Amino acid sequence: MTDLTNLTLAEARDGLAKGDYTSVELTEAHLKSMEAHRNLNAYITETPEKAIEMAKASDAKRAKGEAGKMEGLPIAIKDLFCTEGVQTTAASHILEGFKPEYESTVTRNLFDNGAVMLGKANLDEFAMGSSNTSSYYGNVINPWKGKDGKDLVPGGSSGGSAAAVAANMALAATGTDTGGSIRQPASYCGIVGLKPTYGRCSRWGIVAFASSLDQAGPMTKTVRDAAIMLGSMAGHDAKDSTSAPMAVPDFEAALTGDIRGMKIGIPKEYRVDGMPEEISKLWDDGVAMLRYAGAEVVDVSLPHTKYALGTYYIVAPAEASSNLARYDGLRYGQRVMDEGDSLDDMYMKSRAAGFGKEVQRRIMIGTYVLSAGYYDAYYNKALKVRRRIYEDFANAFGSVDTILAPTAPSAAFAIGENEGDPVKMYLNDVFTVPASLAGLPGLSLPTGLSSEGLPLGLQLIGKPFDEETVLRVGGVLESAANFTAKPSGLEG
Amino acid sequence: MTYVIEGSTGPWEIVVGLEVHCQVISESKLFSGASTKFGNDPNTNVSLVDAAMPGMLPVVNAACVRQAVKTGLGLKAKINKESVFARKNYFYADLPQGYQISQFDKPIVGEGTIILDMPDGSTKAVGIERLHLEQDAGKSMHDQDPKYSHIDLNRSGVALMEIVSMPDIRTPEEAGAYLTKLRAIVRYLGTCDGNMNEGSMRCDANVSVRRPGEPFGTRCEIKNVNSIRFVMQAIEIEAKRQVEVIEGGGEIVQETRLYDQRLGETRSMRSKEMAHDYRYFPDPDLLPLVFDDAFISEIEKELPELPDEKKARFMRENGLSAYDAGVLVAEKEKADYYEVVAKGRDGKLAANWVITNLFGALNKAEVGIADSPVSAENLGKLIDLISDDTISGRIAKDVFEIMIETGGDPEKIVEEKGLKQITDTGAIETAIDEVIAANPDKVEEIRAGKDKMLGWFVGQVMKSTGGKANPGMVNKMLRDKILG
Repeated sequence: MTDLTNLTLAEARDGLAKGDYTSVELTEAHLKSMEAHRNLNAYITETPEKAIEMAKASDAKRAKGEAGKMEGLPIAIKDLFCTEGVQTTAASHILEGFKPEYESTVTRNLFDNGAVMLGKANLDEFAMGSSNTSSYYGNVINPWKGKDGKDLVPGGSSGGSAAAVAANMALAATGTDTGGSIRQPASYCGIVGLKPTYGRCSRWGIVAFASSLDQAGPMTKTVRDAAIMLGSMAGHDAKDSTSAPMAVPDFEAALTGDIRGMKIGIPKEYRVDGMPEEISKLWDDGVAMLRYAGAEVVDVSLPHTKYALGTYYIVAPAEASSNLARYDGLRYGQRVMDEGDSLDDMYMKSRAAGFGKEVQRRIMIGTYVLSAGYYDAYYNKALKVRRRIYEDFANAFGSVDTILAPTAPSAAFAIGENEGDPVKMYLNDVFTVPASLAGLPGLSLPTGLSSEGLPLGLQLIGKPFDEETVLRVGGVLESAANFTAKPSGLEG
Repeated sequence: MTYVIEGSTGPWEIVVGLEVHCQVISESKLFSGASTKFGNDPNTNVSLVDAAMPGMLPVVNAACVRQAVKTGLGLKAKINKESVFARKNYFYADLPQGYQISQFDKPIVGEGTIILDMPDGSTKAVGIERLHLEQDAGKSMHDQDPKYSHIDLNRSGVALMEIVSMPDIRTPEEAGAYLTKLRAIVRYLGTCDGNMNEGSMRCDANVSVRRPGEPFGTRCEIKNVNSIRFVMQAIEIEAKRQVEVIEGGGEIVQETRLYDQRLGETRSMRSKEMAHDYRYFPDPDLLPLVFDDAFISEIEKELPELPDEKKARFMRENGLSAYDAGVLVAEKEKADYYEVVAKGRDGKLAANWVITNLFGALNKAEVGIADSPVSAENLGKLIDLISDDTISGRIAKDVFEIMIETGGDPEKIVEEKGLKQITDTGAIETAIDEVIAANPDKVEEIRAGKDKMLGWFVGQVMKSTGGKANPGMVNKMLRDKILG
């Protein structure tokens, strides 16, 4: 029998339907792979018993003819989604031991559709990071290796999810994207990552980082898999006021393979100074592939792009500084307090011990930009620029159907490489942040390898709630690029 | 009306603005489905949202929004068709989210007016600056344990309307009248129960003093005063304190103060330097509230007749004085009671009975109108008995006393006690003759010009008839007999 962990989500779905194997077999194969690749630290919490139990229940459901869209498919859940009765940490010490009494809407949707949870995937603490090195539970190692064999970052914040999928430790994984946290690790790990339109998936039950930006999405091996999984994750949720009251289309049906006559925008502002040659070439190759498939390639301008990163690093920390105020040691998670301490002592000690350096940095940035006397200069101005960035895209989408750009300015870098320089670290998000600020869907897929043999991704940015176009073009690009390379860093 | 504080260096005027928190009457909280019921066991009305569990999101309760709009309309205020919820960030143990969801630069209701009914019958308009919706915090209990504070989150997330007045108030009495009127309006509207002792209406007072005609002075905010009387006292005491400080060569520091009703003083809670920087910003978890005209006019149609309109109607239709009408409309139950009594009867007479006799008796017995032993129907009947000369006004007062004690029907009381008025000329004449015969000297005094003595005779005749003689008839017949 072939290794069941090599299957795509779609193949596994079809194989289960045909009765080639059971969900229990599929799940056991993945649990074994998880054990074999534990060195990558892709999971914070493995839930093998729960997985087998869910797989059994799924097989029973299928036997009764009640198979859902994700029936029996074992996946990883980013440890930012609250999962009922299963420790949910957000990769933070402050939430260690926290077991929610509720299930996030997205995981509830997935489980209702039959998905099986293998465990909770590692991430940057509170999803703040681009390297998965800020996790309290240790960094994640990218299954890919460069020529020098050094351990590389998987990207972040959904680094555990990306590594798990790339290393066949899950058929797919959930991710969340605030400024690139799905797309950038997908690019670094050679997988597909889709950040849907803001409002497409409910945020209810996802530990909040920056509420106006956070969006859940699928991280998969193929574009088709992303379409399948998004269809199961998405949908209006009355419990999230920002979730869109829109029907969920059949995303898989959008994969017609036909993009003839479609207009693809190439934003000139993304061709930044000092862009590595191999990234430029990757992008040019992508353009050529889409043109060959019958699309028309159009130059577009997104003039406010250069302000996006600065805007993001005001808006996101501002919201985070407020969203993270609830971690005060009072009701759940870690409390640090000594005899005779005041309430303020307890706050300071618990938060100082509970939050890592990057989270503390962002809380301080956010507190600063919102404080009296600075609000207008920073936060208010950032909101105005954010509006301009949205308008840039709206103008561009007046003449094109989707926009093609690199996902990240480089391939995965070595662990520890950017640690001393937060600004350099933040630059990883330079291409992903604009679509986040505009709330637009963005799909990253691997289309080539760097000179070091590491995967590189291109992203397609779509109109609001037009994931279908993004998926359709992505499907064509995927076929044309024919990316078949496998992670070089996996033993066995 | 001028109110001044006479300082050692001359008169000072006080300037007051009030911020009143009104708990919205609603089944569930502002952003969660948890119950708002008062008095439940601690931490039983708490949802995951109220406890700020990770990943929980607020969803606005439309019923609370309607209540706020209704209140805005009742305050004749501008309803803002777009308003925004903002986070007010600060750390405290009874604030689970670490921020309060409130409204900042875009409140749901803009400027409006409250007309104060002053005790002398005059009125004064006080501007409303804004009304905004916000969440209440939980309750810290410091008396449950020697070392730790306990937290009750039942109140956490309950909807409040913060109603902010303009600094138009110039006397403690006006502050009292403002609160009384505001309470009446929200009670008429059914948007807040107005019970200050239960904390469902709480008041902060901003107080400053100035020389008449000069610009506003530096203000101090007196927090959380829990009765109208205490608000009035606190303002007076704080204003006097400020005058003393200034006249003593000191300066008023902008700060938050606490009123200690036991010691009759205000004390500093925290100075401006220690004031929180609340870092307000629009709550990204919530969409702006957007209304169309239809939504507002639909709520407008539900508005009851409010105190000002009722007062005008009582003055117009029943000929009442501004003062009487103001007293009657101060509470909706009182106005309703009066309307039953006045229906088909002399409105002024009805007002007299309700205000002077009934309210007097209720006040004495410390009973609210809802628990009045005398029903409006029975009071009406009593007035009918006077109007059709069945009993005299004096006897009516006795009957009323009995009604207050027993809650009885006046017709039955009059019947059983044989209190019907004597209108039989013969019977009255007999009584008069007896009194005249017994007091010839006094008759002479009257004839000599001492008219006042006539009243004494009336009294004697009334006494001998047990008060039942028609006083008008007695008077006339006495006059005829002695002077005629």
